[in-house]
Amino acid sequence: MEKIVCVLCPMGCKIKYSVEDGKIVSVEGNRCPRGLSYLEDELKEPKRIVPTSVKVVNGELPLASVKTSKPIPKRLIPEFMELVKQVQIEAPVKVGDVILKNVLETGADVVATRTVKRVNSA
Amino acid sequence: MKTDVLVIGAGAAGMAAAIAAAKRNLKVVIAERDEITGGILNQCIHNGFGLHYFREELTGPEYAERFREQLSRYAGAIDVLNDCHVLRLNRDRTALLVSPKNVFELEAKVVVYAAGARERPFGSLMIPGDRPSGIFTAGVAQRLMNIDNRKVGRKALIVGSGDIGMIMARRLTLEGIEVVGVVERLPYPGGLLRNVIQCLKDFNIPLYLSSTVVEVKGSERLEEVVVASVDEQFRPIPGTEKSFKVDTLVLSVGLIPQVEMLNGLVTLDKRTRGIACSNTGQSSNEWIFAAGNCTAVFDLVDYVTKEGERAGEYASRYVNGERFSLGVPIVPGENVMLTFPNYYNDVDDLTLYLRCKKPMEKALLKVGGFEKTFEDLIPSEMIVVKIPKQKLSNLDRIEVKLEEV
Repeated sequence: MEKIVCVLCPMGCKIKYSVEDGKIVSVEGNRCPRGLSYLEDELKEPKRIVPTSVKVVNGELPLASVKTSKPIPKRLIPEFMELVKQVQIEAPVKVGDVILKNVLETGADVVATRTVKRVNSA
Repeated sequence: MKTDVLVIGAGAAGMAAAIAAAKRNLKVVIAERDEITGGILNQCIHNGFGLHYFREELTGPEYAERFREQLSRYAGAIDVLNDCHVLRLNRDRTALLVSPKNVFELEAKVVVYAAGARERPFGSLMIPGDRPSGIFTAGVAQRLMNIDNRKVGRKALIVGSGDIGMIMARRLTLEGIEVVGVVERLPYPGGLLRNVIQCLKDFNIPLYLSSTVVEVKGSERLEEVVVASVDEQFRPIPGTEKSFKVDTLVLSVGLIPQVEMLNGLVTLDKRTRGIACSNTGQSSNEWIFAAGNCTAVFDLVDYVTKEGERAGEYASRYVNGERFSLGVPIVPGENVMLTFPNYYNDVDDLTLYLRCKKPMEKALLKVGGFEKTFEDLIPSEMIVVKIPKQKLSNLDRIEVKLEEV
């Protein structure tokens, strides 16, 4: 049996599995169903949530932290970072605001994870 | 100024304690030295927070924001003093507070101390060589990059494979800084396995186990870091030196509970190095409660929140006239490095946190009449277990053991 560690949450389930003819035939150790989809992705197309920041104009802070709303293919991460580097948004920013929609055709949005007030606003 | 509860620190533990006390209709003052509440959560922009508490995965700022919102809902009961530092806590339950606006005294019936932990600094490592710029603790590098939008360097080496060190290895890489490796003194990684995968393996960052920094070189900015393998006693092995030409060194070499303000007022635990507490959050001084990383360094913020709520609840009951004894001591036994809490009072079941001493494949945890088997234990992953009070009755001392099976 092979073993991988699920990275979807801090529980870090150690998933044991075996594959025959490219098909998963047995799985154990995942404490939630997300572990199964993680395993499937990991064998086919590894995906990750990417947390980072975007620049904010006229904000009380120079950056607003953001994340992808769901995991995106690992191989797209460098391209994703290049894209995010170009983004500038005008304050105010509210947590949950969608900054980019369907980024790189992945189906994931880039959403703000921090509220940044406008300078001098209450 | 007078209040029922003074909470010192508005991080995860302090915010939770304040809300718990406000829910019990007490008047609360939180003193926070930073300009915003939330503590270190604000700079931890990575995901992985809140899974236990909220049953969903959040980033640090999102987690902090949820509690900040709750604080504002209790605006009438909770007075949040930002940019406000507690200079001194006195035996007569008064505190001296300092802010840019004024210096004033506050009288409280009870204190919940939630000052968090601080990072072990470079100076404590006693590394020979120069003292150039370009050496940062992981938390400082994190703040510079995630809050202040500053790039810390071009090419970096990281010391310590704790979660913060590995997460910063990923952060630096994403921001275009080349990370040449992570150096770890122990023969196994210091943080969660998921971080070894998603922070190091994903980006092909080498992890050098059983290795240490033996010299740093540089006249103004850091230029070179020399790393060597170590033996079992962590002594560098001559002839194994390897040189890295880097301009940045990021240290993730441990957190130490912040306890200085309470020196002489409470007892400390020599293993956690934090404030010794009962499962009520009470310290050896009956009117001082404590919670969070100033008591023991926790793995997850969710645990810190829970402990903050607990301390807030019992501190409130204390204000309302209940009196608690510390209870019986909880002591680490076989294969156990540390435990939290340090005392048990049977007002409630026991939520016990512990760390093992060495990696173990399978072990049986024994606490009083309670037993449970655990697999794949490593010292960096905290074990949390809830023990019913019936299993702990009639003990004058609770020993916590992990028997290898």
